[in-house]
Amino acid sequence: MALTIPEALYKKLRKHGEETYPHECCGVLVGEFDETGTKTVKAVVSCGNTRIDSPANRYHIDPGELVRIQREAMLARRDIVGFYHSHPDHPAKWSTTDLAEAHWIDCSYVITSIEDGRAVLTNSFQLLGPEESKRFEDEDVEVTG
Amino acid sequence: MSIKVLIPTPLRPYAGKQSAIEVNAQNVGEALNDLVAKHPDLRRHLFSEDGKLRSFVNVYLNDEDIRYLSKDATPIKETDTITIVPSVAGGM
Repeated sequence: MALTIPEALYKKLRKHGEETYPHECCGVLVGEFDETGTKTVKAVVSCGNTRIDSPANRYHIDPGELVRIQREAMLARRDIVGFYHSHPDHPAKWSTTDLAEAHWIDCSYVITSIEDGRAVLTNSFQLLGPEESKRFEDEDVEVTG
Repeated sequence: MSIKVLIPTPLRPYAGKQSAIEVNAQNVGEALNDLVAKHPDLRRHLFSEDGKLRSFVNVYLNDEDIRYLSKDATPIKETDTITIVPSVAGGM
């Protein structure tokens, strides 16, 4: 499986992590699934991090915001294909908390490491199910011009 | 009355691959019951064994979380839309 994302949107999600540093950023990837399971990102929707109690190492997207994003995506005949967040001064790898709190099976979870305020690595992981035995699998990211 | 329930991408495989399903109900609880009656595979993804909504499943009536309305007893109108969204969170 792979995640295809236009360069401008790839830069947008990485920049969001720099802007919110030293706090985690988060957002939604809207796009399309094809028959092979490849996801193509058509829009990146930046969200607020509601974990104001611990924004440096936790993120949470307001479900009301998800409802609005999902509704608008469906009207445009698109889907939510994934999410992104940043790891300030921490590797671009999923954590046990990331896995425990991930529930969108088959979607992409993109993580960008931010070091001293600069975006470094961006990796994507596909959540595979079912919920009871879910796991993340490394996913290729294809950045297109 | 008939009302539309929007299904998120991870639950569509258990809902006939549909993104929206019409159900017949007078309140939110009846709507969810009709939904799982039509698509029984959805039940374990929405409800825990004690019959309560799973903790990470959010149910909205239009733009309102039903937990802050009257939960299952929240009355519905034909123009309303119910949306199901699993939560999105994490951290280092």
